Amino acid sequence: MTTPLDGFPATRRLILKGAGAVALFGFGRLSLGPALAAANDKYPEDAFKQKSDADAIKSLYGKTAEASDKVKLDAPEIAENGAVVPISVSSTLADVTSISILVSENPNALAASYKIPAGTLPSVANRLKMAKTTNVIAIVEAGGKLYSASKEVKVTVGGCGG
Amino acid sequence: MASTIRVRATSSGETTEVQALIQHPMDSGYVKDAKGDLIPPHFIQELTFEYDGKSVFVADWGPAVSKDPYVKFSFRGGKKGDDLKISWVDNKGASDTATAKIQ
Repeated sequence: MTTPLDGFPATRRLILKGAGAVALFGFGRLSLGPALAAANDKYPEDAFKQKSDADAIKSLYGKTAEASDKVKLDAPEIAENGAVVPISVSSTLADVTSISILVSENPNALAASYKIPAGTLPSVANRLKMAKTTNVIAIVEAGGKLYSASKEVKVTVGGCGG
Repeated sequence: MASTIRVRATSSGETTEVQALIQHPMDSGYVKDAKGDLIPPHFIQELTFEYDGKSVFVADWGPAVSKDPYVKFSFRGGKKGDDLKISWVDNKGASDTATAKIQ
């Protein structure tokens, strides 16, 4: 029964190493956090990797949105070609800082996120791909709060498959 | 070399409306080619519009943006004859830049 004795120091070393790594990682995160918040113009890679709309919104903004009639989402009732669906979002809210558009049942829900600096109007139009009939969700960030609107778009031919 | 970026920026006095059309495959990574192999993702991640040294619009895009993407927005200010600078960078690190005169 020498193995537990032999194994003990190794395990202890491992634990210590682990603790060191955690400490380092912790510090790294601490110093990174404010830098990220300050820059705020980094590409939100994680948010684009999320599968569901709720996770993507959480990853992007860290909070949830409330439905608002001050968010206007323009999308067709029926999109014949899912590869090119014209979608525009505008808002009558004040102090809009960003607008994001999500497609619920795409492989990754978040499609596009726009930063709206002061002086730029809270209105954007673009064209997105949709895999199938599903909800399109518009998120508007205004005065630090999130507001949303959604609309179902029927897709005749999906734009994600081959 | 022809630019991948086509922009029309029109000033109406108070605001400037910008429409941009960019040539890019915007491959999502979910589509197969004729041989049945997946085409790897290749899409624009960031598109920035700058006027007077400041960014007036920044787009973060995922692969769900359509091929040859189009975007439209407006900003307050912007004088006829002034420059609007547009640049994009994709997930493979490729990029392009163009400057358009506000009309």
